Amino acid sequence: MASLPPIDLPSGATGTGAFDTPALEEGPALFEYLLRLGDDSLILGQRLGEWCGHAPSVEVDLSLANMALDLIGQATHFLDRAGKVEGKGRDGDALAFRRDVLDYRSCWLVEQPNGDFARTMARQFLFSTWQELLFRALVGSTDALIAGVAEKAVKEVTYHRELAAEWVIRLGDGTEESRRRIEDGLAWSWRFVPELFEMDDLAAFMAKRGIGADLAAFRGEYESQVASTLAEATLQPPPDQRPILGGRRGHHSEHLGHLLAAMQYLPRTYPDAKW
Amino acid sequence: MKDWPLWEVFVRSKGGMSHRHVGSVHAPDPEIALRHARDTYTRRMEGISLWVVPSASIVASDPDQDEAMFDPAADKVYRHPTFYDIPEGITHI
Repeated sequence: MASLPPIDLPSGATGTGAFDTPALEEGPALFEYLLRLGDDSLILGQRLGEWCGHAPSVEVDLSLANMALDLIGQATHFLDRAGKVEGKGRDGDALAFRRDVLDYRSCWLVEQPNGDFARTMARQFLFSTWQELLFRALVGSTDALIAGVAEKAVKEVTYHRELAAEWVIRLGDGTEESRRRIEDGLAWSWRFVPELFEMDDLAAFMAKRGIGADLAAFRGEYESQVASTLAEATLQPPPDQRPILGGRRGHHSEHLGHLLAAMQYLPRTYPDAKW
Repeated sequence: MKDWPLWEVFVRSKGGMSHRHVGSVHAPDPEIALRHARDTYTRRMEGISLWVVPSASIVASDPDQDEAMFDPAADKVYRHPTFYDIPEGITHI
């Protein structure tokens, strides 16, 4: 499912570009796969962190920061391992703080701006429902680190999904204004859901080896979980829109660059800073 | 938020211990109150069980009645189990 047509290389041309499919070999493919897992958690963790000090109440502030810290913890494990697999001396910090937009492999949903609280919760609900099912599948990964992180993280993410679903229900079945806001939030986020289930060559390669998850295997379960929460919230699913794909290959919205500018400012300005 | 009611939070720190009052949270309803209590008071493994109670349900003694309520207990030394030897190693008494 390429988002751009393949380029006909002149005969004899060599080298690869940022958007080329990585070599489907054990090492590079595992590196890419770990980036996908780690970048999703890292970018959403950073987004949730932006709420710190701005949430509607101090309790909600803590809820969002707790989720952010869970996600950044997951990212640390996945990215540290990615650095080891790559074998160029980069650790998780180097991958998080010294990589540019084109090298990020996160999905579009997680980099979307927070918007209001309802949009943040819509994004969280759609993502955490998916991430929980993904981690449940990855508990059976033949890769010991991925299986281990998934087993620990599935408890965290189950809580994220429950909390976000509770808020979707309350906002949908709340006041006229809260309903309008959660409808807007879901409508904004809806076009980024198909990317979560995109099985490109790399995802298929990893699934076939028992390391990665077959995303198609739990798409039905995802759709029925989302439908059941929306029904409880007395909300209609938004109309399907043209899906937006490409994050897994380094195509991102303008928002990711701004997020990275804020996140990477300190380590890039003071490369030897310790804290 | 401003109109969210207040809930008192009780945490059981480990099996066998009683729930202890730790503070309060604002929340729109019981389920969210539990989640706010979890996110506010058990972030550092403080508990294995949580209670939340609407603060409005607490019946409190009247501070003006302190003397009648509490002073009569002051001189009843025989009510304290201080005449028993407690074996070493017994905790939570």
